[in-house]
Amino acid sequence: MNPLNRLDLYKQMVRIRQYESRILQEYHADKKPAWDIGAGLIPGEMHLSAGQEPSAVGVCANLKQGDAITAPHRPHHFALAHGVDMNAMTAEIYGRDTGLCRGKGGHMHLFDPENHFSCSGIIAQGYPVACGQAMAFKRKGTDHVAVAVAGEGAANQGAFHESLNLASLWKLPVIFVIEDNDWAISVPRSHSTANASNADRASGYGMPGVRIENNDVEAVFEAAGVAIDRARAGGGPSLIEIHTLRLWGHFEGDAQAYRGADLDTLDARDPIPLYAATLAEIGDLSMDQVASIAADAAAEVDAAITFATSSPFPTADDALLHVFA
Amino acid sequence: MTTTETPTRRITTAKAMAEGIALEMRRDPGVFVMGEDVGAYGGIFGSTTDLFAEFGADRVIDTPISETGFIGAGIGAAVEGLRPVVELMFIDFYGVCMDQITNHMAKIHYESGGNVTVPMVLMAATGGGYSDAAQHSQCLWGTFAHLPGIKVVVPSNPYDAKGLMISAIQDDNPVLYLFHKGAQGLVWMEKNPRSIAHVPEESFTVPIGEAAVAREGTDVTIVTLSLSVQHSLDVAEQLVAEGISVEVIDLRSLVPLDTQTVLASVAKTGRVLVVDEDYRSFGLTGEIAAVIAEHDPMMLKKPFRRLAVPDVPIPYARVLEQGILPTRDKIAAGVRELMS
Repeated sequence: MNPLNRLDLYKQMVRIRQYESRILQEYHADKKPAWDIGAGLIPGEMHLSAGQEPSAVGVCANLKQGDAITAPHRPHHFALAHGVDMNAMTAEIYGRDTGLCRGKGGHMHLFDPENHFSCSGIIAQGYPVACGQAMAFKRKGTDHVAVAVAGEGAANQGAFHESLNLASLWKLPVIFVIEDNDWAISVPRSHSTANASNADRASGYGMPGVRIENNDVEAVFEAAGVAIDRARAGGGPSLIEIHTLRLWGHFEGDAQAYRGADLDTLDARDPIPLYAATLAEIGDLSMDQVASIAADAAAEVDAAITFATSSPFPTADDALLHVFA
Repeated sequence: MTTTETPTRRITTAKAMAEGIALEMRRDPGVFVMGEDVGAYGGIFGSTTDLFAEFGADRVIDTPISETGFIGAGIGAAVEGLRPVVELMFIDFYGVCMDQITNHMAKIHYESGGNVTVPMVLMAATGGGYSDAAQHSQCLWGTFAHLPGIKVVVPSNPYDAKGLMISAIQDDNPVLYLFHKGAQGLVWMEKNPRSIAHVPEESFTVPIGEAAVAREGTDVTIVTLSLSVQHSLDVAEQLVAEGISVEVIDLRSLVPLDTQTVLASVAKTGRVLVVDEDYRSFGLTGEIAAVIAEHDPMMLKKPFRRLAVPDVPIPYARVLEQGILPTRDKIAAGVRELMS
């Protein structure tokens, strides 16, 4: 397990939040006065991860170069925490030729083979792919692991259950991460899932499962460290369910009328100020550091957005490229 | 090089597929096989015959009945640089794993802007004619050929089965390899004699995207694929007695589609019958008509003809199934109509 570096965890969470906040601004900036999801500098659906930083940061702090992640439709926090280049990722979100995928993927289909990172917009379908990456790592005799990420709604998909069985049967080095943000778009967990904890489902497939409450980045870090060490040592898969928080809508433009009183307490549950307070209390973080960390993050994100917006668009003819290798 | 092989060494299509896989497995340690009953059983339709004995359970992997899981795992392994050969037992089972096939296997290379390749083979049994009814008898190649990003190969005989398998494994793209149960040369199915033929022992490739002129002729072109090639060749031989010269084009792959070979033949004969065991509407037969119409409809001396499953699910009872399949008698009738 990597040593716990609280300040690094905090910095990475701030960096991701800054990113999502700026994308939020940019996304909405030129969709006024009339809302049109396909208009503007950033068109299409946008699923932002604010509030879910602890899961990505806690897990990825235990990964090393060569480990793989398959993320779902809400992928930015895992991409950034796993080392995907912010400039190339941002250019992709802006649909530019310099983007990770030359503008063909967009925000739900970010592919970074150098970092073995991918995401898919189809719920739970990244789980089987992660199993295959883990198979490849094992067959090649490496100690790399694959992390499969999806939300609590995905744990009701067949692909999830098939993957847990396969990974356990074949002792694959996979870590299944479920981000339980309470809402499958508008459907609360209580209306979608028979089990109170997906850790129970893990035990049904013969693998360790833990559920982490309170969106606690250090608890995620510890649990992921145990699971990843176990996978690297040939002990097979594990499942980690993280009770996290979706601070914003399912996608931008979601008015969240269904959410009711749940919206009233969001500020108090925001994991970043809470973690800052914890670190300040134990003397690991000063007010000056809070300001400088935020300023550094802002500068990095601004530079990425400048890179994206100053990059050329692909041409219409480029749409015909890359169907086949 | 010395060889004990005789030019008359004859093997089944199934054995030819397995030989192609074995040759690639010996050459490339990244090639492995997985699917249901591909191990000790050797594949329900013989496609992995003898592989388990040679390569063992580590490289010839029996899977649980979890098609989404293991096809997805094949994709993940391919993304990481291995070359999995994955079997979906019947193409009819696509319903439980179509997302992995079309949203992942087919699209990852494109979505990634060409940065990620998925060099895998997905092989599946197709076709009817033995009363296996609506959920185990479809061809469906037109469905997959319609979806961008998957090469679709459809061998009709042992030689092509081996050469196309080797090409498919070596290809950096996902290749859907559809083999007809009736063309496998299985002892427990109706005997189609062209399913056993000479195949060289050594490795060779058949390029994906090149149709074959399976028989030359001057009066009528039959454009077809898979088991229907065998039937069409039988019909062509039979019609010699009636003074009709039939050219048979074996497409061998639908994606890429070799339009040049089709057009050259139609330009020569001026009469075309497309024979397809897949459903009629919105499929291969219409596609070939469009290829001709877009090129030069004036090539045709007679109106375009097609013979395909008339848009009904495949029925069970023998008389019903034979009534809707493109059987030899219907192919012959189609040719005669073009000559009348």
